[in-house]
Amino acid sequence: MSRVGVFVCHCGENIARMVDVAKVAEESAKLPGVVLSVDYKYVCSDPGQNMIKEAIREHKLDGVVVAACSPQMHEPTFRAAVVQEKLNPYLCEMANVREHCSWVHLDPEQATQKAIDLVRVMVEKVKKNQELFPIKVPVTKRALVIGGGIAGTQAALDIASGGHEVILVEREPSIGGNMARLSETFPTLDCSQCILTPRMVEVARQPRITLYTYAEVDQVDGFVGNFKVKIRQKAKSVVADLCNGCGDCWNKCPQKKILSEFDAGLGRRTAIYVPFPQAVPNTPVIDRDTCLKFLKDKCGVCEKVCTRNAIDYTMQDEIIEVEVGAIVVATGYDLFSVGREQPNERWKGYGEYNYDAYPDIINGLQFERLLSASGPTQGEVRRPSDGKEPKSVVFIACVGSRDPEKGLEYCSKICCMYTAKHAMLYKHKVHDGQPYVFYMDIRAGGKNYEEFVRRAIEDDGVLYIRGRVSKIYQDGDQLVVVGADTLSDSQVEIRADMVVLATAMVPHRDAYELAQKVGMACGAEGFYSEAHPKLRPVETNTAGIYLAGACQAPKDIPDAVAQASAAASKVQVLFSSDELEREPIIAEVNEATCVHCRNCIRVCPYSAITDKEIRDKQGNLIKMVAEVNKGLCMGCGTCVAACPSKSIQLAGFNDEQVFAEITALGSG
Amino acid sequence: MSDAPPGYGAKEMSNEVKTDETLAATEKEWQPRIIAFVCNWCTYAGADLAGTSRIVYEPHVRIIRLPCSGRIDVSFIIKAFEQGADGVIVSGCHPGDCHYTEGNYHARRRFAGFRDLLEFCGFDMSRVIFSWVSAAEGIKWANLVNEAVAKIREVGPFKEFQKLLA
Repeated sequence: MSRVGVFVCHCGENIARMVDVAKVAEESAKLPGVVLSVDYKYVCSDPGQNMIKEAIREHKLDGVVVAACSPQMHEPTFRAAVVQEKLNPYLCEMANVREHCSWVHLDPEQATQKAIDLVRVMVEKVKKNQELFPIKVPVTKRALVIGGGIAGTQAALDIASGGHEVILVEREPSIGGNMARLSETFPTLDCSQCILTPRMVEVARQPRITLYTYAEVDQVDGFVGNFKVKIRQKAKSVVADLCNGCGDCWNKCPQKKILSEFDAGLGRRTAIYVPFPQAVPNTPVIDRDTCLKFLKDKCGVCEKVCTRNAIDYTMQDEIIEVEVGAIVVATGYDLFSVGREQPNERWKGYGEYNYDAYPDIINGLQFERLLSASGPTQGEVRRPSDGKEPKSVVFIACVGSRDPEKGLEYCSKICCMYTAKHAMLYKHKVHDGQPYVFYMDIRAGGKNYEEFVRRAIEDDGVLYIRGRVSKIYQDGDQLVVVGADTLSDSQVEIRADMVVLATAMVPHRDAYELAQKVGMACGAEGFYSEAHPKLRPVETNTAGIYLAGACQAPKDIPDAVAQASAAASKVQVLFSSDELEREPIIAEVNEATCVHCRNCIRVCPYSAITDKEIRDKQGNLIKMVAEVNKGLCMGCGTCVAACPSKSIQLAGFNDEQVFAEITALGSG
Repeated sequence: MSDAPPGYGAKEMSNEVKTDETLAATEKEWQPRIIAFVCNWCTYAGADLAGTSRIVYEPHVRIIRLPCSGRIDVSFIIKAFEQGADGVIVSGCHPGDCHYTEGNYHARRRFAGFRDLLEFCGFDMSRVIFSWVSAAEGIKWANLVNEAVAKIREVGPFKEFQKLLA
């Protein structure tokens, strides 16, 4: 027979004003198994908690029901209190008679009756409750960082500085990401590479960081603290240990006309290449799609000129298996592609602004490369078509962003700032040039951001026109930009030598695929979903997986770095103990009755349930059953409702408990 | 016992009290009995919000808290009716908002099939109410309960089912 204690809280006047608490206590005392039922002014107060503790001692209670506020509020309080008296915390339940009763009803009689019912439900439940113990899982104190842009670099450096091993995986031949491609950064105009490359070098020097470039994550298994990751090291065709980065190979490579991805298609590279001079590691890779050796089995010049014998055409992709305890995903962003060719069915035929038609209409990253001292023009602003210096440039903001009809619904956040920066830098380089900016609104929220935009307008004479561009067409060697000026309510026509589109940020083109592999969620636009938009912005819903940078939402550099450091500190919190404790509200399979229909395996949102073979001593297969991975199960109970043979149960919410609750309402 | 606190929900108060009074006069013995199966993260929190916002609603509902709408077994609904409930509310996070990513999708699919089965059996479907209520929708929760109570009042006690059991 159970020995349950019921404690009815007045919550000052909050409950007692509407609910006859004395009557609730009196009625609850009559329930079978209840040995003590009292009401008290503030059960959550120190004396209130002491009262519970004394009662557990005196009456040898094996169950406690507190009728008070919402369990979201004080369940941890009361569970912590009963633990002090050696009562298992999961034998303490709360009946919510404040939020769900006294605060929302006006008839005292009805409210009191409801409170009595709610207490009875919890009494019947607690009688069926079992002791549950936190699940302990060991933690592998090594982190995987996916993506070597500024966010991934920052996270890796922070975790490594904290004393833990880090594996950094980057799919391009060098780390650096999009930030390495930028010219100067707003609002301080310091050179992007000057602040980034020292950090990249630090990554290479940091002994606790293992760097895999030209590599991709192939598969992720396991759970928080215990991930097993397969990394595909793509064949570089160059032995990194032998190569000294002298550059003989790429200087001699005859394939010189390949469009450079790093230069956003404005520059050229060779088939054996490093993406940019400051690359880390400074080891070239052979692009097998363009190398003559691989296409036609000819050439082989690089092998001949290499004095270190570092070229290896027979190199194969390699799968590297690592075990990590936490994963930081920092896959960054791509630019929304403005042309008619769209990667995504949804944006098919965006084709606005004639981006495909005229070479002098370029996107934001291309303009960054034109401004960059290491870019295809060595930092001189020259237009792609004829290499002339443009004397008037039109910048168009919100290209793709804030356009639910044809583009993306969201604001890409950084375009207002980088457009102001572009216009300003253009003016700094072409003193007699005139920059124009078409904008919808200026969103310059950030430290020194508004001042920066004002500087562009007031000091550098950038002409801001509030309105959208309706048409761009060519006239002679110039582009005519037709648009609206909504402030003067007039049509404007500007003859421009070049047009720069402030294209929206979209998640990396393979973001969804990676989400599938890693087991995390994407929002509607493909950005990774954080666990809580406000309170858990760097965690994902999958324990042990964290987000950093623009893969979660459009971000500028300071925000990306801040989030990366936050993710790194979350990882270090996880790594601060050898074992981690998880709530034991998880599913468990009854192997005796499981018929291996695999319904649970199919419905589990966390892939936490797998097949298990049961064999006898001789190793003969007796039967197959389902098995729950305790580290992965989050305790939603979807499997329980899907099980036709009722062979899987959720601890804390098993069928017996729920039926007891329902039956408690029936007898009233 | 003190009087109802002044100053909040005055409008609802006058309305509710009136309906309660009129009903109490006509059908004093019987009050609707509704059991609500709700998920912990959205609907339960939404009902908490109704409380903290002091949104007054009908008292004839009893909440049973589960982790996720995906945990709500169809047998719970049958069991509730068996135990004399006149109506059942099933509610969880909105599609796309599930705390467990997709538990509510499984729930939705399960209840779509279950609905068809109940309808086929000639079950009065107005007694089973499915709705999504987010943690921010205290008002929606209150309205949901009020509407459910109104609906159950309309169709009266669930005598048919009780007769079947007897």
